[in-house]
Amino acid sequence: MKIKQISIFLENKKGRLWKALNTLAEGGINIRALSIADTSEFGILRLIVPEPDRAKKLLEENNFVVKTKDVVAVELSDQPGGLASVLKMLNDSDINLEYLYAFVHEKKDKAIVLLRTDNLDKLIDVLNQGKATMVPSSEVYAL
Amino acid sequence: MIWNEEVECMSREDLEELQLKKLQDIVHRAYKNVPYYKQKFQEMNLTPEDIQSLEDIKKLPFTTKDDLRQVYPFGMFAVPGKEIIEIHTSSGTTGKPVVSGYTRKDLEIWSEVMARGLTMMGVNEEDIIQNTHGYGLFTGGFGVHYGAQKIGATVIPISTGQTRRQIEIMEDFGTTIMIFTPSYGLYLSEVAEEEGFDAKTSPLKAIGFGAEMWTGEMRNEIEKRFGANAFNIYGLTEIMGPGVAVECQKQQGLHIFEDHFFPEIIDPTTTEKLGEGDTGELVLTTLSRDGMPILRFRTKDITALRYDPCDCGRNLAKMDRITGRSDDMLKVRGVAVFPSQIEKALLKIDGVEPHYQIIVTRPNRLDELEVQVETSEELFSDEIKEMVAIKNKIESYIENEIGLRVHVNLVEPKSLPRSEGKAVRVFDKRDLH
Repeated sequence: MKIKQISIFLENKKGRLWKALNTLAEGGINIRALSIADTSEFGILRLIVPEPDRAKKLLEENNFVVKTKDVVAVELSDQPGGLASVLKMLNDSDINLEYLYAFVHEKKDKAIVLLRTDNLDKLIDVLNQGKATMVPSSEVYAL
Repeated sequence: MIWNEEVECMSREDLEELQLKKLQDIVHRAYKNVPYYKQKFQEMNLTPEDIQSLEDIKKLPFTTKDDLRQVYPFGMFAVPGKEIIEIHTSSGTTGKPVVSGYTRKDLEIWSEVMARGLTMMGVNEEDIIQNTHGYGLFTGGFGVHYGAQKIGATVIPISTGQTRRQIEIMEDFGTTIMIFTPSYGLYLSEVAEEEGFDAKTSPLKAIGFGAEMWTGEMRNEIEKRFGANAFNIYGLTEIMGPGVAVECQKQQGLHIFEDHFFPEIIDPTTTEKLGEGDTGELVLTTLSRDGMPILRFRTKDITALRYDPCDCGRNLAKMDRITGRSDDMLKVRGVAVFPSQIEKALLKIDGVEPHYQIIVTRPNRLDELEVQVETSEELFSDEIKEMVAIKNKIESYIENEIGLRVHVNLVEPKSLPRSEGKAVRVFDKRDLH
């Protein structure tokens, strides 16, 4: 149920985001989901791509520092309260999120939210018990 | 024990009287016998009679390494060639080497100051000194050798190298004193471990080390590995060789043998003379040397002088451990900062790449120091709070080292320019006009 995400360190400098994304474009790698966390000096670009290992290698060859981390994808009905119900499960089980980002799954009219915490196994257990629908990586990569 | 109590414990008043007499004498000799100095004096409208007090030393011209190179090889000699009985040179790594010639009397002085220094470290005639400093043009080997012989200790003149043999000799001969450069000492300890020799349980009682810049951490490491105290030895070919200043048992700086070498501290930029305790460039004048009198030599070594009497009983001034070279000093908000200090701080943090740049700006009439550090895979976390914590950690390490708040900027790997030769680390963008 874990999905490999790649994170890229970006200097807060003109053209750096473009350079990273262009590197992936030239490698023929499509992006499924994306988020940027930023400070005034640097940013962290987080990506879900179908071939994370190849993407990491490609970026590293172009002098980017890249880290791979696992996240969990949860499917939500695209309506008010969808995300809140999932977050309640985490709250009740004392799980602290490091970050999350969401995207909309057009074909199925569903939203997918990606969750990251330092104890993913516990998170998966809690989601299972709460009957939340987790999306396997094969499906996320193929979206 | 004190080798020469009369001089080493002399009152400052008496010492200054002695220094003035010797200074006047050496200025006369330099003027009379060294055409280079005569010309300099004439250009400055200066005569030896203008030196009436120690304060007057300010009137004398500085001598730089370049000056010495200009008169290569024998232009600084103040005596006929036949009176020179030994010659050494500097390594010549930054250009033509500097030549240093010694008369018989000069070698006696060299032996005397080194004997005083070794005595400070606890050496006596019972000791066995393993001298790993190179014997040759480099002054290190012979300086220690002469001092040891003057004391009557046993010297093993092994020089650097033959590392396994060094260990065997330490073990078989029962070496009580080791002399090495800090980096060679660390290497020796690694080989000793491989050979199964534990210096800590050996009769080794003290280490004399120098000829290289080192940090307090490095001394602690050496003392730990060898189980003996390590004492700093300072010297330079242009002035004499090792033995210009040596550390006593208190390990709180090096006593300068002021009856032979007159020390001053100057601001390397303005050349203005600085006071006691102020950090700046060390300037040395030889007070006794016959073969090659040197006036106000700019050592480029950064240190400070202290004149309070030492608990060891000696009255000789003390200088701090050398913390840098004036060639690469930066003044930020009036504080002297060396790239080496910043590098030292960075190297204490795991995962920090040794690629960095220092940028000095003055945005609002106040200096700002920015240090750009390349991130590495080890350093990078995909969490902002971790990255900020790493940045703060680097900032506080640097602040601890230099005493100034800096701004650390993490940059992408390989984004800082690389250079083939000496790396350019400092970018001073202040408009100082």
